[in-house]
Amino acid sequence: MNVQTIWFILITVLFIGFFLLEGFDFGVGVLLPFISSEDRERRTVIKTIGPFWDGNEVWFITAGGALFAAFPVWYATLFSGFYLVFLLLLVAMIIRGVAFEFRSKHDNPQWRNFWDWSIFWGSIIPAILWGVAFSNFIRGVPIDKNLNYAGGFFNLLNPYALVCGLTSLSIFTLHGAIFLSLKTTGNLREKALTYAKTVWGPATLLCFIFMLYTVSETDLYQKLGTNPGVVSVFSVLSLLSVIFLLKKRACGWAFTMTGMAIAFSTMTIFMGLYPRVLISSLNPQWSLTIYNASSSNYTLGIMSIVALIFIPLVLLYQGWSYWVFRKRISTDSELDY
Amino acid sequence: MDTLFLARTQFTLTALFHFFFVPLTIGLSIFTAILETAYVRTGSEKYKQLTKFWGNLFLINFAVGVVSGIVMEFQFGMNWSKYSLFVGDIFGVPLAIEALLAFFIESTFLGIWVFGWSILPKTLHVAAIWIVAAGSWLSALWILVANSFMQSPVGYKMAADGSRAEMTDFSALLFNPYVWKQFPHVLAAGIVTCGFLVIAISSWHLIRQTKNCEAFALSMKFGTIYAFIGTILVILAGHAQAQNLIKTQPMKIAAAEALWESKNPASFSLFTIGDEKKLKDVFSIRIPGMLSFLAYNSFTGKVMGIKELQIEYEKKYGSGNYIPSIVTAYWSFRFMVGAGGFMFLVSLLALVKVLKGNYTYSPWLGTIFFWSFLLPYIANSAGWILAEMGRQPWIVFGLLKTEDSVSPASVVGTGELLISIITFTLIYILLMLADLFLLKKHAKAGLLTAE
Repeated sequence: MNVQTIWFILITVLFIGFFLLEGFDFGVGVLLPFISSEDRERRTVIKTIGPFWDGNEVWFITAGGALFAAFPVWYATLFSGFYLVFLLLLVAMIIRGVAFEFRSKHDNPQWRNFWDWSIFWGSIIPAILWGVAFSNFIRGVPIDKNLNYAGGFFNLLNPYALVCGLTSLSIFTLHGAIFLSLKTTGNLREKALTYAKTVWGPATLLCFIFMLYTVSETDLYQKLGTNPGVVSVFSVLSLLSVIFLLKKRACGWAFTMTGMAIAFSTMTIFMGLYPRVLISSLNPQWSLTIYNASSSNYTLGIMSIVALIFIPLVLLYQGWSYWVFRKRISTDSELDY
Repeated sequence: MDTLFLARTQFTLTALFHFFFVPLTIGLSIFTAILETAYVRTGSEKYKQLTKFWGNLFLINFAVGVVSGIVMEFQFGMNWSKYSLFVGDIFGVPLAIEALLAFFIESTFLGIWVFGWSILPKTLHVAAIWIVAAGSWLSALWILVANSFMQSPVGYKMAADGSRAEMTDFSALLFNPYVWKQFPHVLAAGIVTCGFLVIAISSWHLIRQTKNCEAFALSMKFGTIYAFIGTILVILAGHAQAQNLIKTQPMKIAAAEALWESKNPASFSLFTIGDEKKLKDVFSIRIPGMLSFLAYNSFTGKVMGIKELQIEYEKKYGSGNYIPSIVTAYWSFRFMVGAGGFMFLVSLLALVKVLKGNYTYSPWLGTIFFWSFLLPYIANSAGWILAEMGRQPWIVFGLLKTEDSVSPASVVGTGELLISIITFTLIYILLMLADLFLLKKHAKAGLLTAE
């Protein structure tokens, strides 16, 4: 296996980590204003993701940095080309990040309400935009022969991308609702379960629409064959099983299954892309691939060593932090945020 | 307005806004860790309350530093795509390592620290904040490795087609002498920024005789020692950095000194009004031999002047203007060094009082102690303005010019840049106001609400 492929896999791993982890705190953020209007309950909801959300977000920051280091052309073309998408994403990440820290440090209700809605918008915007971005990766965007983006903002907001945006939003919301049901007690837990069951239907439906749409909009299935392969089949089966697990109140398993659905569908998209990273809709020759977009072999080698040492280390201490805060949080526990 | 101007404006705004929060994060994480260590060792409740008080201010400040840092990382790709293509092979590496090593550590262990007070044993809890502090040093180190490549490129070769620089020696990049002059200077600047804020807030409480005066006297003592040590370190590190600049970027020093002609011995300018077009003094007061002394620790030694460097660079890099904005370099240097001088005096004054065990201040002394917290902020901003503006017209010294680095106008036009500048400016104003409001509220409230 060449070093470009290793880095393509590592980028895939970083994005899977990001969607798996940040996915549920996006979901919790989207549900926050609706699940309760009472301050103590809202603080409890925020506390369930309090120790984690920032570390989860770093999976994306690292993926961005790794893109810059390993595939500079991908990084440069993507971020300059999808300009307004990333601007919106940055704005969302900014207001969300400070909102968690600021909201409970002042006890005026309007202040708290303002930051609660900032958390909501800061969660729903990226949850949609990541779907929009990834669907455009596989659908293809206008890339010219200099490997520059030649379209506008509205090229990216095509119906297919919007369907994918809603799909990612609904799956992250489902993932978040199940996480909440795992971390809370009493009334909050029941409400979270109800939300999970309600969101499951639309999420599954959107997923099927998205898959059918994918057949006509992309070359994903031609590439992976009519037999879509175990990966995407697993993705569908995981999502289908969730409702049965929820009815049995097996929330831990339900959470594992939404996690599998997220991981397997991200993997499917990257498998469909390989070895391309941004598909040109103008001319297949102008697509960015892991070969024409990559850094030198020396740089990729250095980066591989760094990644192989430190990614396992990160998994170890992040895993430890999840273990430290494994207990459910009730509304009468001490609130640090 | 062209895209280059807009992209530079946006970079300036974001970098200055980001660096408003970074030094305090570095300084306050160590300070909080020191206080909590004192709590663990003595078991004294006073230290615990102080840890929570300063830790709280740390968190408010940290949040804004983090989010503005995200914009820093991604604006290279958005606004400076040609730069990203040219240096990605090298510059991307420290950026990725910064995220992988530092950001994961900081975010994960800060979560553990904030939410772990009642869950973790004391020693593990204090370890968490030390790890956060170490994470902030690592973050500073790797981003300065990246910046140092722009200032003084090492460990690279040009690709066969000249389209990009490629890394040939990772250790040369990491052990770039420029990094190890700049890094101590930035760390010390963080300590100073925190020290002066601690002096300001503690003396404010001491003068007003608010509740918990005893604890604030303790915090005044710690803060003063911290500020004094930091000031000495920042001056020494700054001196070492200037001596390195003479070798790596003589034009930056010449511009910062408005030194038109090469001189031996060279004088240090106290106050100069110059004519930037004709490259000569209109009015100038100078200390003879002082610049040579700063450069070589000896009163003789040749320091290259602007005109000679311009001729040398034209020979080396082809015709063009290689002189940065002299008025910017000159005055940013003076603001930085001037603020440093005042910081030395103020921290010395505070130290004398602390050594006497005297924690009562006259109103004017209180005013000085309070408003001195602005001095490090002035020096921090001025320092980066000098570092970045003094390097112009280069974005990577000797390799790539700033004007050749901006994203193609066909991809990112003035419209997009204007939208993003307006958006970011509004958000930065909102965040600055909210941040200052919270800092003031919690600083004023004193120890009890920190619970």
